[in-house]
Amino acid sequence: MEQERHVLVVFPHPDDEAFGVSGTIATYIEMGVPVTYACLTLGEMGRNLGNPPFATRETLPAIRKKELQASADAMGLTDLRMMGLRDKTVEFEDDEKMVKMIKDLIDDTNPSLIITFYPGLSVHPDHEATARAVIETVRRMDASERPKVYTIAFDNDTVNQIGHPDVHHDVSGVNEKKLGAMNAHASQTVWMMADMQKRLDAKDPDALKWLNTEHFYTYTF
Amino acid sequence: MELAEKDQLQKLIDSFAGKDVYLHLETTNGSYASHFQEGFFNAGAFIRNIVVNYELGKVAGDSPHRIGLKLPSGWVYAQGITHYELDEHGRLLMAGLGPDGKLAVALEISETPFTY
Repeated sequence: MEQERHVLVVFPHPDDEAFGVSGTIATYIEMGVPVTYACLTLGEMGRNLGNPPFATRETLPAIRKKELQASADAMGLTDLRMMGLRDKTVEFEDDEKMVKMIKDLIDDTNPSLIITFYPGLSVHPDHEATARAVIETVRRMDASERPKVYTIAFDNDTVNQIGHPDVHHDVSGVNEKKLGAMNAHASQTVWMMADMQKRLDAKDPDALKWLNTEHFYTYTF
Repeated sequence: MELAEKDQLQKLIDSFAGKDVYLHLETTNGSYASHFQEGFFNAGAFIRNIVVNYELGKVAGDSPHRIGLKLPSGWVYAQGITHYELDEHGRLLMAGLGPDGKLAVALEISETPFTY
């Protein structure tokens, strides 16, 4: 992985950072690169309350806030910023307000790299709105001052539209931290991780690939 | 939350009748429904912290229940309610949880505003 001046990660939900980026975040931190994670909401509208339920619609945000902090701790991340928007409403916020929020984060952290979703191919409306705001903010910057932008795309039509990722990170040095981040979001991941742990124990090649490598699309302006 | 018990739930609904109350009403299939199942028609609705004053509230049907609130000039209803709780803030939280533990519908009534 390339050395960076500062990495700014922008996602809307607690756990968006865990699945495909936590290894990258933890590796940058081990390399001494400062990383800031701006998480726009607290995942207040998560559907997973259990049956029998472990939470209510009203207690879920506090649970997910704790999980987000625990995930940051697992990755060794110290600059976690909770931006105070509400889950599933990001796309309805004023577009200029969103650009200003991202611009303020960029001005404050001066990143050489931003990691976010790929606009148009990130499925959840909050992902799309976050991606649009980041891309629009960076697009407005002078080309010579723009940070690189690595993006995650997972729409079913992704490969058809933009091919395969061009950035590949070996994150095999931080397995425990990545699993720690995933397990920190227990309210969202406990079932998935029970299955994943079984596959990892059985040395399933796809599961090991997931654990050891992370992939991004460089966004071109 | 516990499994909804009709008589107990009816008493709680009655206790908020005739008062200005804040409402949270939500139905959802989840944002990923049409990602995981192509062609799925994904629909839902959400309102939060809307103030209403209902004159009559009724729990209908065996579990899952339907809840209807009659307003001076309108209606609120939710169907699929399986669980409920009167929380430590005196708010009546009702939810419809599928066998997979995922929320499909929520109806909540409170005399104080819900957090943002």
